[in-house]
Amino acid sequence: MGATKTNNGNIFSKLIKQQLFIPLAALLILIIFNLIMDPSFLKITLGYNNIGNPVLSGYIIRILDNGSEVAILAIGMTLVTAASGGQDISVGAAVAIAGSVLLRVLCGSNTHPETLQAPIIVGFLVSCLVAMLFGAFNGVLVAYFKIQPMVATLILYTAGRSIAAWVNNNELPIISEASFGYFGGYIPGIPVPTPLIIAVACMVAIGLVLKFTNLRLYTQAVGINESSSKLNGLNPQLIKLLSFVILGICVAVVGLIKVSRNSTINYSVIAKDIEMDAILAVALGGNALGGGKFSMAASIIGAYVIQLLTTTLFKFKVPSDALPAYKAVVVIILVVISAPVVREWFSSMIKKFQTKEVA
Amino acid sequence: MSNSALLEMRNIHKSFPGVRALQGVDFTLRHGEIHALMGENGAGKSTLIKVLTGVYGKDEGQISLEGSAVAIHSPQDAQKVGISTVYQEISLCPNLSVAENIYIGRTAGICQNWKKMNDGAEKILRSLEIPAKATQQLESCSIAVQQMIAIARAVDMDCKVLILDEPTSSLDEQEVAKLFKLMRDLKKKGVGIIFVTHFLDQVYEVCDRITVMRDGKLVGEYAIKDLPRVQLVSKMLGKELDDMADIQDEQQAYKREEGAVPVLEAEGLVSDAGIKPFDFHIDKGEVNGFTGLLGSGRSECVRAIFGADRVTGGTVKKNGKPIKIAKPLDAMKNGIAYLPEDRKIDGIVGDLSVRDNLILAQQVLKGFFKPFSKAEANKFADEYIKLLSIKTASADTPIKSLSGGNQQKVILARWLLTHPEYLILDEPTRGIDVGTKVDIQKLVLKLASEGMSVTFISSELDEMLRTCSRLVVMRDRKVVGELKGSDLNQNKVMNTIAGGEK
Amino acid sequence: MSSKQTTSKPDGMKNGLRNMTDTNLLLTITIAIFFIMYIGAMIFLGSGFRRPQMFFSILNDNAFLIVLSCGLSIVMITRSIDISVGGITALITMCCAVYLDYKGGNVFVSLLLALAIGLAFGLFQGFLIAYLDIQPFIVTLAGMFLARGLTTIVNTNPFNVANEKFVALKNTRVIIPGLGYVTKAGKYVDAYIEIGVVVALIVVVVLFCMLKWTKLGRQFYAVGGNDQSALMLGINVKRTKFLAHLLCGLLAGIGGFVCFLHVGSGAVSNGSGAEMNAIASSIIGGTMLTGGVGNIAGTFFGVLSLSAIKKIVSSAGFDEAWYTGITVAAMLCLFLIIQSVVIARKKKH
Repeated sequence: MGATKTNNGNIFSKLIKQQLFIPLAALLILIIFNLIMDPSFLKITLGYNNIGNPVLSGYIIRILDNGSEVAILAIGMTLVTAASGGQDISVGAAVAIAGSVLLRVLCGSNTHPETLQAPIIVGFLVSCLVAMLFGAFNGVLVAYFKIQPMVATLILYTAGRSIAAWVNNNELPIISEASFGYFGGYIPGIPVPTPLIIAVACMVAIGLVLKFTNLRLYTQAVGINESSSKLNGLNPQLIKLLSFVILGICVAVVGLIKVSRNSTINYSVIAKDIEMDAILAVALGGNALGGGKFSMAASIIGAYVIQLLTTTLFKFKVPSDALPAYKAVVVIILVVISAPVVREWFSSMIKKFQTKEVA
Repeated sequence: MSNSALLEMRNIHKSFPGVRALQGVDFTLRHGEIHALMGENGAGKSTLIKVLTGVYGKDEGQISLEGSAVAIHSPQDAQKVGISTVYQEISLCPNLSVAENIYIGRTAGICQNWKKMNDGAEKILRSLEIPAKATQQLESCSIAVQQMIAIARAVDMDCKVLILDEPTSSLDEQEVAKLFKLMRDLKKKGVGIIFVTHFLDQVYEVCDRITVMRDGKLVGEYAIKDLPRVQLVSKMLGKELDDMADIQDEQQAYKREEGAVPVLEAEGLVSDAGIKPFDFHIDKGEVNGFTGLLGSGRSECVRAIFGADRVTGGTVKKNGKPIKIAKPLDAMKNGIAYLPEDRKIDGIVGDLSVRDNLILAQQVLKGFFKPFSKAEANKFADEYIKLLSIKTASADTPIKSLSGGNQQKVILARWLLTHPEYLILDEPTRGIDVGTKVDIQKLVLKLASEGMSVTFISSELDEMLRTCSRLVVMRDRKVVGELKGSDLNQNKVMNTIAGGEK
Repeated sequence: MSSKQTTSKPDGMKNGLRNMTDTNLLLTITIAIFFIMYIGAMIFLGSGFRRPQMFFSILNDNAFLIVLSCGLSIVMITRSIDISVGGITALITMCCAVYLDYKGGNVFVSLLLALAIGLAFGLFQGFLIAYLDIQPFIVTLAGMFLARGLTTIVNTNPFNVANEKFVALKNTRVIIPGLGYVTKAGKYVDAYIEIGVVVALIVVVVLFCMLKWTKLGRQFYAVGGNDQSALMLGINVKRTKFLAHLLCGLLAGIGGFVCFLHVGSGAVSNGSGAEMNAIASSIIGGTMLTGGVGNIAGTFFGVLSLSAIKKIVSSAGFDEAWYTGITVAAMLCLFLIIQSVVIARKKKH
């Protein structure tokens, strides 16, 4: 083999080895595909909505807006996956609880209040606290009782929506206060959808946390080798618990956005199957679902890839109920491509091919 | 004894990422002989055996059985051609019954005849005098019994080749004697036995021939009567004999200052790992060690000092002041560092880079909210990579792709970075190349001369005699003696370990 | 070790427990709890539970869950998981309904169709999990998405099947003599079970025997107990894992058809949440998530316990949906903790 050739091979294989490669490639392919089918895909226009506020519109804006929830949950899910080597399947149910608590605080005993019974921030903080408590519940089962994460969170998955209904006595409070709708819509005067702003805020927050604390190092160490991190003075249980609590905060934020979008709640439908999308985002980002090293950016991009895929499918008139089938095909292709066994097979095939070429 | 070759392995090569585990190894086993496979930890014995039994695929080489070439791709293939194995770590299923573990995976047919199986198992257990019931769940047997069951399974398989990979490490004398009787019986039937062990006495008691390996290469094959013990040891250790002299010169006799307060003093310390309460102390600049057979509790003692196991009683004083160590972090805050026995399980964080592995302990000490900057971390990494001459492509390389010796150096660097007053090294030289072993021993003596207190544990007694000025001897999870000064010689230590005299 | 000597001594109650295999210990706990619960309900909740038909209607409603749970238990024993069975159930009911109704097809062929769908999923998922070594959770998650999506592609709206032969089969009742009851109007009503229950009971018996008395059954346990050791003992671990998933797929096929027989309609919502109920039943029945421990008889009682508690909660006047959800979750939580505590305590001795 010539020197130039190996060099080329190196650059290419280095590129492929980058964790961001798969989600970015998927993003790019989807965007190009969309552009070919509809050249105006990337166009963003500034218009006014029915109450006269300036709003940006266009497919990209819609994707960024609707993808916010999954992106926010992907942040917490990445940490849980990295630390515990498993996934939390109760986030959808937990979002229902957080949303229900929020409504309960804001509405008080009256289901259709004229005015809010408490400031929104108080409602949010209470729901945040509740979501963190439920996160801690999952975390305790996983960290201290050593139950597999998926199974431990199965408990809350089963009970969550029932608890959410119980919080409001199975009634459906409706909030008519306009300012509550800002979180899921637009703040007057700002043309960017608020969920996007919140999502970016969350990303900045986690970025800062990762930069100014040892969260990344500790989480990765615990996820890769629990017993060794214990001997280095870490407390693996506490760190696992922490990751579930952080996921709880993400859940509360998503609860706020979801409830605000509708001004009400439907216990059995709100954030349905969102846990699957969040886990998928983590997997799409190329993070090992068995825990260990993680890339937060890759997970977040993964979340938007999912939203882009969903929007694209909608555009082609795929009914929303049939979406999962297409998603499943994408997931299967992705996991098969990234399976070590398949990769090994590929590289041995390439080697064989190259040696033949040389001979 | 017939002289025809039963099993021949020729020119076996095997590499793992970063390590060339086997390089052109030949091995011959004859009918009806017991053949010892000797070498230090990391010499490649286990790899050779795993290649033979199909656990690993070989990169190159041929294996032939009774003259015809065989292809062994899985443990099943090995069983089929008549090679059965008892591994060092027990490879039975803990959730199944004893009888099932003896028979599973090797009988024909679809159905499981429990009665026949239990009867058969009961017969085997009785004939080998193994104290277990056929219907008992394997997990409820002691480790030694489990090991005997694994042997019973292998023996019952009418094998041509029986491999025993350090089977005696968890057996007591009577059990070993039973095993040896069994081995001699099989030998008479023409079975070839490969026996891997660390106990020289056992080799000279039962074996006919010895193959010595070192650093993944074949050193030679000898008849037992042609190779006296001293030569065997020097063959196993190789060039190291010269280096030993070097170290001996550097060792200074440690002199205890009168009235000095020990750096660390423990009284009646006991943990939940099953050791008896023990007393311990170490002075400034002293190197001492725990010695004893495998499983005698030496690791458990240092783990208790470091708080790695749950401490259930006893008091610890540091420089005369009482301290409480409930978890490793407490120990670290008190300037104690611990390099664990099992590098893979307790030491390295495999996927993380050399840099992250190196700064981990110091980073934890510094605190959650105070991460090192990239520049600081790189500075530390570069400094220690140079200081300990760690061979790595860069500080960003995942530690798992380094060789064993270099991994160990990184872990050592991790603890040196915390500038401990008291450093515990539990088997720091296990499974690493000879050069690094010598480096580490030299480093220990250097650190001690600079005033650090070090506890050094090694399975290799001469390493300990070379470095330590005081040895705590353990037997059956109990401290049974303390040797220093002129008592520090091979005989005396051996005797104390064996309990021959007090 | 001291514990070794005590085991050889004539044993008291404690030693008896210790000598029990993990599987049997957990099974005993499950059965005991089920009977305590059911007898409690008979005493405190009265008439409904004193009628045998209450028990049989629990069976009728949950026959398909029994079959699905058996499949789950098998994959869980081999330390794997399958969350696609609910989706597969929905897909099967929809495909069979469409086939029977639109084409006027024959019932036997629809059964074959159901089995084929289940096997196809088992084959595909098993291959990815066992031979390509991909995480079972992700593979079967994709399987669930695929099945649910395909269901809506086949048909979105739920509809009842009017095929005569099918309806006749659906309404076939196996009368249990002597266990009927007299209504307030003085009419005697026979106790009955549906065909599905018969199928489920056969499945339970067959699988119980298979796990106990066949080589393959024992290999499932061996692989779940320690797959590295199983490999060393000469078991083809990959094939065993593959077969476990294949079997689970087949059982999903049978379970799907049993569900179809019970509800008599094709609907996207059929079998929704069944995967989680099946996992929960298996856990309550003493199947350990860590693999290698479990028993089909336990799974059977697990399903009964789970279904009975739902019934008890709703009969006790807490008929709003959220109580059931919370009770079931609490029960699951309890059993998970019992498992982790019992096993940890046993290990210590």
